[in-house]
Amino acid sequence: MSSLTEKDKPIVQLLLNTGTCPRCIFRFCRVGSQTLYRHPYKDLTEFLKNNQQQEDAAGFGVVDPPCKRIRLEHTEEVPDDLNQNGVLKHVPLVNDDSAAVENSTVEVCNVCLGILQEFCEADFVKRVCEKVKSADYQFTSFVFSVSLPPQLSVRERAAWLLVKQEMGKLGLSLAKDDIVQLKEAYKWIIHPQLSEELGVPADGKSLFEVSVVFAHPETDEECRFLMAVMKALEKIKEEDFLKHFPCPPSSPKNLCVALEIQCNNGAVFVAGRYNKYSRNLPQTPWIIDGERKLESSVEELISEHLMAEFKADSFNFSSSGREDVDVRTLGNGRPFAIELVNPRRIHFTAEEMKELQQTINNSSDKIRVRDLQLVTREAIGRMKEGEEEKTKTYSALVWTDKAIQKEDIAFLDDIKELKLDQKTPLRVLHRRPLAVRCRIIHTMKSEYIDEHHFRLHLKTQAGTYIKEFVHGDFGRTKPNIGSLLNRTADILELDVEVIVDWARNRCD
Amino acid sequence: MAAGRAGGGGAARYFTRWYKPDVKGRPCEDFCVLQHSNRICVITLAEAHPLLQNGKTIKSINYQISPNCSRLQNKVSGKSKRGAQFLTELAPLCRISSTDGEEYTIYSCIRGRLIEVNESILSNPAILQEKPSTEGYIAVVLPKFEESKSITQGLLTQKEYEEVLLKRHNNSA
Ligand SMILES: [Zn+2]
Repeated sequence: MSSLTEKDKPIVQLLLNTGTCPRCIFRFCRVGSQTLYRHPYKDLTEFLKNNQQQEDAAGFGVVDPPCKRIRLEHTEEVPDDLNQNGVLKHVPLVNDDSAAVENSTVEVCNVCLGILQEFCEADFVKRVCEKVKSADYQFTSFVFSVSLPPQLSVRERAAWLLVKQEMGKLGLSLAKDDIVQLKEAYKWIIHPQLSEELGVPADGKSLFEVSVVFAHPETDEECRFLMAVMKALEKIKEEDFLKHFPCPPSSPKNLCVALEIQCNNGAVFVAGRYNKYSRNLPQTPWIIDGERKLESSVEELISEHLMAEFKADSFNFSSSGREDVDVRTLGNGRPFAIELVNPRRIHFTAEEMKELQQTINNSSDKIRVRDLQLVTREAIGRMKEGEEEKTKTYSALVWTDKAIQKEDIAFLDDIKELKLDQKTPLRVLHRRPLAVRCRIIHTMKSEYIDEHHFRLHLKTQAGTYIKEFVHGDFGRTKPNIGSLLNRTADILELDVEVIVDWARNRCD
Repeated sequence: MAAGRAGGGGAARYFTRWYKPDVKGRPCEDFCVLQHSNRICVITLAEAHPLLQNGKTIKSINYQISPNCSRLQNKVSGKSKRGAQFLTELAPLCRISSTDGEEYTIYSCIRGRLIEVNESILSNPAILQEKPSTEGYIAVVLPKFEESKSITQGLLTQKEYEEVLLKRHNNSA
């Protein structure tokens, strides 16, 4: 059904009498024509009144020429009946030469509380769009979402019961689902207007969301009899409902207010790889007992520039593995990804991403970033999968208590596939279960420095604790460099070489 | 490049050393508690302990501290270390006898849960004397979170312990 018919007349009359707006009347009469709802409000009022007077009412949808005429008049008219807050002043419309209706008072609809009245008008659309424009987002479409106060559901129920009773008298029925939903009708009316004003199409799948939260303080009390309104409305019996709530719903004095108009852009993801050249820099902020231990971190050094350029609200950092605060990360770098939450800016050319990477690299010599690029959420998953590298490459600077000669350490180079038994290191034992794990040192290569120092290059199974392999952790890692050399050994520096082609693959 | 390591080098340098001298009034029976910043503690013999002096040979080490309590039975599971035996300051960890017929009891020195005992010293008792503050450790104890600061209050710092050693030396001289 797309327009009004003869049998709708009693319903239209009933609702008109009880203070319901024309668009809500259409909804209850199951009018499905979107264009009909979009006609100027005043024309609709006039139409309904005329319609009721005519003996053989034609559907509004068919009466095309008069509509066009009326619409034209409407657009020339400058509405001045809104105050600063978009709340309707309760004064009759001023007599206006071009107005088709004279001396009419716009009563606040007892069902939609003004949502399908003032909040469909150009002034409100303008207000929303100004808010969107001032928030300075980049977007190519939008999704519009509305939050309505719960009393609207209660009033909708009361109106439905009223109409259902009336139709019952005529031997007709009306299911709840037959009614055009308030939000649905609202979007039919407001989407084209928002779309025109913003210059982009409405799209239910858009990542850019414009949301409006409505409230109606005047009637906040009236759904108190239903605790959690939506759930309770499903359960309550009609007789009980009617005992607690006036049917038809009373006519309020005031319109709804738009409490908040907000914008939100879907997250964007930036990925790349980083090298860490500092032995005094944690990957993420290092906080113990609420106290910061070091002033910076890898994630902050990278993210602060991204946050500034993308103008995001917040970020989430993730990476393929991590290194200790005192370990450098060399090789072609550790893959990382940063989710930028609610970014204002989302479009960056490859050239701009390169510049951004340069900015990050120029701002600190503690880290270096490569292959910085925009990626999809799915690509992050692939990065996390790549975490299970089988082999790790390290370089350790080793100290020994007793003097060593080149010959003393040469045998290390010949050791292949050395099996270790590693107890959970004491340094992490407070937060990990105690266990003995078998790990393998695939190969070692020693580089003699002086009587107490040498560099050791290692290829190991993932999950091997290198520091403990060198100093032995109270003999809890066996064998260890100390036991192999029959000396006390310690590790002075550790570098991890991360070699992956995760980011590179996607660049091609 | 860093020079030689303090405290014997190796893993021990990440720990703060605390001492408890003359435990239970027995002269020179000193113990050392190595505390990591993550509150894990390693219990070891202190340098002056009779067992570490020249001429001593260890005959046996026994973690069975009473007929129905063996520290070897201690089993912990999970991150929260469920099932750990709870130790008070003077809970014995093991008894060590030397070939000269003496027996020494090693005490926990701090309150906390027993995480592990060093089984390596059972098969290789010599290591206890060769590397008493690293591989020859006795046990690992985890103090309660809220007691991690207070458990060391009754213990001596490295400097205070050195003064005790100096006094002993002067008295005997
Ligand atoms: Zn309405």
